[in-house]
Amino acid sequence: MQQALVTADIEQPWAALGLKPDEYQRIREILGRRPTSSELAMYSVMWSEHCSYKSSKVHLRQFGEKTTDAMREKLMVGIGENAGVVDIGDGWAVTFKVESHNHPSYVEPYQGAATGVGGIVRDIMSMGARPIAILDPLRFGAIDHPDTRRVLPGIVAGVGGYGNCLGLPNIGGEVVFDPCYQGNPLVNALCVGSMRHEDIHLANATGAGNLVILFGAKTGGDGIGGVSVLASETFESTGPSKRPAVQVGDPFAEKVLIECCLDLFAAKVVEGIQDLGGAGLSCATSELASNGDGGMHVWLDRVPLRDITLSPEEILMSESQERMMAVVRPDQLDAFMAITDRWAVEATVVGEVTTTGRLVIEWRGETVVDVPPRTVAHDGPVYDRPMQRPATLDALQADAPTSDRLARPTTGEQLRATLLQLAGSPNLCSRAWVTDQYDRYVMGNTALSMPDDAGVVRVDETTGRGVAISTDCNSRFAALDPYAGAQLALAEAYRNVATAGATPLAVTDCLNFGSPEDPGVMWQFAQAVTGIADGCLQLGVPVTGGNVSLYNQTGTTAIYPTPVVGVLGVMDDVTRRTPSGWREAGQVVYLVGTTRDELGGSSWADVVHGHLGGLPPRVDLEAERVLAEILVACSRDGMVDAAHDLSDGGLATALAESCLRYGVGVRVWLDELCERDGIDPFLALFSESTARVIASVPRSEEVRFTDVCTARGVAHLRIGVVDEAAEPALDVQGLFTLPLAELRATHDATLPAAFA
Amino acid sequence: MRIGVVTFPGSLDDRDAARAVRLAGAEAVSLWHGDADLHGVDAVVLPGGFSYGDYLRCGAIARFAPVMGPLVDAANGGLPVLGICNGFQVLCESHLLPGALVRNDHRTFVCRDQPLSIERTDTPWTSAYAPGERVVVPLKNGEGGFVADERTLDELEGEGRVVARYVGKNPNGSYRAIAGISNAAGNVVGLMPHPEHAIEPLFGPDPRSGTGGLDGLRFFTSVVEGLVSA
Repeated sequence: MQQALVTADIEQPWAALGLKPDEYQRIREILGRRPTSSELAMYSVMWSEHCSYKSSKVHLRQFGEKTTDAMREKLMVGIGENAGVVDIGDGWAVTFKVESHNHPSYVEPYQGAATGVGGIVRDIMSMGARPIAILDPLRFGAIDHPDTRRVLPGIVAGVGGYGNCLGLPNIGGEVVFDPCYQGNPLVNALCVGSMRHEDIHLANATGAGNLVILFGAKTGGDGIGGVSVLASETFESTGPSKRPAVQVGDPFAEKVLIECCLDLFAAKVVEGIQDLGGAGLSCATSELASNGDGGMHVWLDRVPLRDITLSPEEILMSESQERMMAVVRPDQLDAFMAITDRWAVEATVVGEVTTTGRLVIEWRGETVVDVPPRTVAHDGPVYDRPMQRPATLDALQADAPTSDRLARPTTGEQLRATLLQLAGSPNLCSRAWVTDQYDRYVMGNTALSMPDDAGVVRVDETTGRGVAISTDCNSRFAALDPYAGAQLALAEAYRNVATAGATPLAVTDCLNFGSPEDPGVMWQFAQAVTGIADGCLQLGVPVTGGNVSLYNQTGTTAIYPTPVVGVLGVMDDVTRRTPSGWREAGQVVYLVGTTRDELGGSSWADVVHGHLGGLPPRVDLEAERVLAEILVACSRDGMVDAAHDLSDGGLATALAESCLRYGVGVRVWLDELCERDGIDPFLALFSESTARVIASVPRSEEVRFTDVCTARGVAHLRIGVVDEAAEPALDVQGLFTLPLAELRATHDATLPAAFA
Repeated sequence: MRIGVVTFPGSLDDRDAARAVRLAGAEAVSLWHGDADLHGVDAVVLPGGFSYGDYLRCGAIARFAPVMGPLVDAANGGLPVLGICNGFQVLCESHLLPGALVRNDHRTFVCRDQPLSIERTDTPWTSAYAPGERVVVPLKNGEGGFVADERTLDELEGEGRVVARYVGKNPNGSYRAIAGISNAAGNVVGLMPHPEHAIEPLFGPDPRSGTGGLDGLRFFTSVVEGLVSA
């Protein structure tokens, strides 16, 4: 620091570290001098878009502002901590969050995806919870694009390789292909964890004299500047490889760290805890100190290194994986160390909590950092960036997929061919080639997983209490109308959770967008955030946390706005969960909800015509809420044996999937439906109107089921009967018969043909 | 009736194996890799997972864990031992079972509901099955291809030591579709699929398969019943 005063005006590499001129100036004002190189490193990573949310903060405030006291009732920890925590009853709490690892996965698919899983799992651990499941929403370019073939196998193997080795069941997620993600795949990962109420831990460093312990893996040179360099800038296709900025994961070390942390929590020897993820030690030390009531002194040379040549700046910026930081009372140090020894986890006292109100970091006898921690961790820059509704949007919305614009199938033969075409299309075909690479059984608590509507895991083995989770986003809808598109993502995830039989309780979101410096993208972002916040308010479920990923573009072309929404629901007893496939011949199939001419952004328009235009389906959150009530009641009282939500690909796709789930056919008639809703068979089969499900109802429950729908004023119609013929088929009476063997062959072939 | 379940660093299905033991009616005793003591248990399960990260070679480091000393001795003395997945790999590395388990022939991790035929039913772990009985149990592995030289394979077949075989598509390239084997005495069994994941209704394979998705439970009730009547 002496040096900083002597050479006050020396040229510093702030631009190379991703800082803007005014940001560098502000650091000088805060400190009253030029920053040391270590301070500059810390500020640069912590003020990066990824860590500081500087472009998104002004909009994200809505999530808090639009949360009512009633919505907070079940919310034990809200936005701002490592992950939100929700009360699921009986003294159990659940924490969950979704995060992105998009840019690292583009640069180094396997490690990028693997460490994406590792990072979100550590967030969940740092709340005091045992991680219990993973979901992974993934988005790629066109299925036949060379870059998709480059990144997909590695990303899938990375998600699987890391998650499988951690012993966490992978219970859901998405695999979506669209040319907009070429050169910018989206790798989001969601983790959920459970704990008793009294086990909740927070990231703060309180109590002067308490010790700061770094434990887990040694610090190496990997991932230096990952958040600032990778996550916060747009790629130039001609630039140098950014591979050294990607972290390398060791899932075995993380598995041991999980068990070690749980033992530490159980022994009650941890006052505060923080994981080391993006921005590494810079983030952990400044956030712990900023959340605490004093300051922190750190001896950086005590940090165990994999590479002894690392400079203090590099040590502070390294994003080496599988590391945690705990604040521990001195009298509990021995007990802490006994537990880390048992798990052979290296633990080192690297600092202590002080009363100075400053974060001071020493390296080889020299003070290299002396800053107010809040200025690093929480008082970063805030930008209210210019927004502009894209001029192209009017033309896009006007280009509706009307029957004179796009030819529609009419005959039975044409409808059958269309259904098959959709069933084998990249976004609707079987995901088994991907999901079979993930362990869905480990822990023995998985009650539902892919391809069902939501993943369901048991939390309490004695009562069967558990949670359901689904993540969704149709970015084509969001491209047509980001406000509606975000609400449609929320509606679909909410509906999926209810379809599985769970009461929706809370929301997490991963907001993947292009560059915030583009006013059009910023407008999309603001619209989507407002849409989610308004929608959550209407549905009465709070946003508990999430992640923003900006700069998802290559060159000047941004991805479609992709606000991935995860909804978590609770079930008293997961053995009452509703699967998506029917099994019992003779059960009647009901369609719940109303079908309109809604094909804007639909799978049919995309797959058959390569068309994107018009308006997305109408959002009706009140209808979604009532539908969810019905579905939860049906699950609780055993009124339905199977239910499946209608979304991409409409009724045709839902019928096909419910048949394929257990290989049991169905006979369907559409005349009554067409007459009631004023539509033709094509619209009945392929429209994507929302707030709809199909349900398979035992005959003994039919009266009760229709009464429940009638009492709530919800349209419902018997459209078919489950039919276990010798040669099972999807039979749409008067139009076509499609043997399931033929349907399955088409449905199953696509991903193996592209990637196996 | 006390059945030990060993936890190595990186074991994943240890809690699942302990649940299976309890559901079969025995007490599950947690055994720690670093403790060279079997604590007087009546049988041992080596669970699935990635012991020591499966670095070097699956099971190759675990075989040197302190707990393995008394375990190998006891196994040679007739203690019933079941190695599941990674546990099977550890048994091969410990030379309690012949052969080795290599990377799946298709090079990717596979998780599926796997049909098996139970071919040897005079072991303590399979006595509750009928010879040739077809069951469905989850399979999940990256390195589950069983390999051995021809002579060993012929020996295994000739002595009736193939405990379970894959039915239908061979999921990992195992020679002669072998899913599980035993030692000559029959007390040590290694199995690549995971019977501990087919023990509770709705938490295992498709409930329409086999006995309501509970086909794995009898591996554990076999040993409990055998020990009770012994």
